Amino acid sequence: MKSTAANFEDNAEKALADDKLKAALSKLSEGFPAKRREAADRLPEFESLRDQARDIKSHVLANLDFYLEQFEARVVESGGTVHWCRTAAEARTTILRICRNAGAKTVTKSKSMIGEEIAINEHLEHHGVEPVETDLGEYIIQLRHEPPSHIIAPAIHLSKEQVADTFRKSHPHLAPERALEEPRALLEEARSELRQKFLAADVGLTGANMLIAETGSIALVTNEGNADLTYSLPKTHIAIASLEKIVPTLEDATTILRVLARSATGQDMSVYNTFCTGPKRAQDLDGPEDFHIVLLDNGRSKMLGGEFHDMLRCIRCGACLNHCPVYKSIGGHAYGWVYSGPMGAVLIPNLIGLDEAGHLPNASTLCGKCEDVCPMRIPLPRMLRSWRTQQFEAGKTAPLSRSLLRAWAFVTARPWLYRIMVAPAVSALAALGRKGGRFRRLPLAGGWTKHRDLPAPEGGTFVSRWNRGERPGEKKP
Amino acid sequence: MSETPARQPSIGLFATCLVDLTRPSVGFAAAKLLEDAGCKVSVPGQQSCCGQPAYNSGDAADARAIAQTVIRVFEGFDYVVAPSGSCAGMIRHHYPALFENDAKWLARARALADKTHELTSFLVDVMKVDGLEADYDGVVTYHDSCSGLREMGVRDQPRALLGQVSGVALKEGEEREACCGFGGLFCVKYPDISGRMVDAKVDDILATGADTLLAGDLGCLMNIAGRLQRRGSDVRVRHVAEVLANMTDGPSLGEPGDESKK
Repeated sequence: MKSTAANFEDNAEKALADDKLKAALSKLSEGFPAKRREAADRLPEFESLRDQARDIKSHVLANLDFYLEQFEARVVESGGTVHWCRTAAEARTTILRICRNAGAKTVTKSKSMIGEEIAINEHLEHHGVEPVETDLGEYIIQLRHEPPSHIIAPAIHLSKEQVADTFRKSHPHLAPERALEEPRALLEEARSELRQKFLAADVGLTGANMLIAETGSIALVTNEGNADLTYSLPKTHIAIASLEKIVPTLEDATTILRVLARSATGQDMSVYNTFCTGPKRAQDLDGPEDFHIVLLDNGRSKMLGGEFHDMLRCIRCGACLNHCPVYKSIGGHAYGWVYSGPMGAVLIPNLIGLDEAGHLPNASTLCGKCEDVCPMRIPLPRMLRSWRTQQFEAGKTAPLSRSLLRAWAFVTARPWLYRIMVAPAVSALAALGRKGGRFRRLPLAGGWTKHRDLPAPEGGTFVSRWNRGERPGEKKP
Repeated sequence: MSETPARQPSIGLFATCLVDLTRPSVGFAAAKLLEDAGCKVSVPGQQSCCGQPAYNSGDAADARAIAQTVIRVFEGFDYVVAPSGSCAGMIRHHYPALFENDAKWLARARALADKTHELTSFLVDVMKVDGLEADYDGVVTYHDSCSGLREMGVRDQPRALLGQVSGVALKEGEEREACCGFGGLFCVKYPDISGRMVDAKVDDILATGADTLLAGDLGCLMNIAGRLQRRGSDVRVRHVAEVLANMTDGPSLGEPGDESKK
């Protein structure tokens, strides 16, 4: 997908002016965080499970080559093929080649953020293969030609009325009198459309929540069961995954599943948790005849061992989005690329460059809520700050901010200078503001006073007044 | 948690630049609370800012220079106390990170970090303050500032202290732990996003029906007070230290000064 991350400010302004989005986001922020809290409270070992999950992925990242090779060997033993792809372009070419070899006209697809990252749908369409999203949310936004706005709830920015509208426009056979007010009716409408597509598809394209090294299996997690129909009905199954999705054992996979659903939606478990291993065997009743794994690097190996190494632990649960006050204000599209929220603000510059995505790490108060809820304990605020440091050191901080910051730093590192220079300015401001108590407008403070008044300083500085012996007493009774 | 110090501990009061420049009352209140708790309070003249604006803007070199000044000035005290979770968090957690590759300064940064505390948590956890003599007639709600809560573990301490103030009724907001949208330079760099965040915070405060908002960080308080007042609310806004120290005679944040008061 083409990035608009460089236009973050405009994107955010548009998002803030969108009342429908505001309503949708307020529903999200009432729902997911409370459910996560309840799920975590119900499970006494939740915090220690987080530690275990973190340790599993940290161990994997320290031994990634070993586990990837083990995984490939097991996939080959079970009759599948692993395709190693360095870039998004390589992955697209590989997937199209497999589709062509399978003579594919349509490809059903279950939700995959890697699919978004490599823009596989556009590529397939462009080459005459029709991709059909089968996750309800993804199906809706595919009809609307929109990117997902959330990594687990791709259509969270839409109201059910907007969805009904979309279905009426896109499903020409739909009778005008057919009621679409209830979510259930929308679901049934999508299901009846999709059933035919599932049966007709030549290739099923899925993501993978995890790759399991000891068995060569992939884990698929959904609440709709659509991934199961996607991979098991067509003759060919292609799973796309980035290489950090690996875990050593089935036991490790189940540990991560236990924190994944609780962190994501507050469920104890997602509804469908499937492990697929290789193509259909002689004794199997169903399943694909061909099984391909497209393993994508696309910048991950460069993150190993660096400042953003820990980001590779991410399991894409969306908890950091659900709890982020910035995400909850502007939604996912404002970030301008595939990912969003705190994980997006850290990951996107790694994948498309800091020049393009430079706003994202800055658009955060570093409030720490994301790290607080991250099941993998990824130090997201530290990494947001790392990007800022890289920007500053490369001279890419906005010139005015940079000069003001450096001036403030110069003065504050020399407290004597601070006393001589800042104190008189503050006294002047205090004198001006004493009567009203606050300023509605102030030169050079437009950023502040656009939405809020500025409380006037009381007058004098504490340090000088104290050291002059001033000791105001308690209030009079 | 440490034992209550046996002898009168010496405190370097790190006022923070916001308190120093805009609301000295908070500094006086903090000093009084510490003295009443049995501490010997000093306010070094060679203090200014903790360096957080530089640090969070990626200017690590300047942040280090400021940190070195703070370390030199404050390392001689038994404890360093700040009426701010954010600035105390900067010293406690981020100064050591700044000197990761400088063994000599790292040792000094760590030593200072270990004895640096946010005011209310210091009073409760270290000085075991009990039986404050203060009264405040009002229904208050409390905003948990992000760094205090998540970096310094400040949540129960200010509430425990408020429980000792006669006349105070505490009405908690649902979203008391949500960020108010201040974020230092964030609020002027992304004013509209910040504006949406502080609006949500104000909604939550108004929903409690409280007449007073308290918190332990002046940055958040100025932000929230500014938005409350822009929306025409008469909820009063004060730093929690002012109430705890029984020093609430002066105007609250953004309230007109004495001479124009009725």
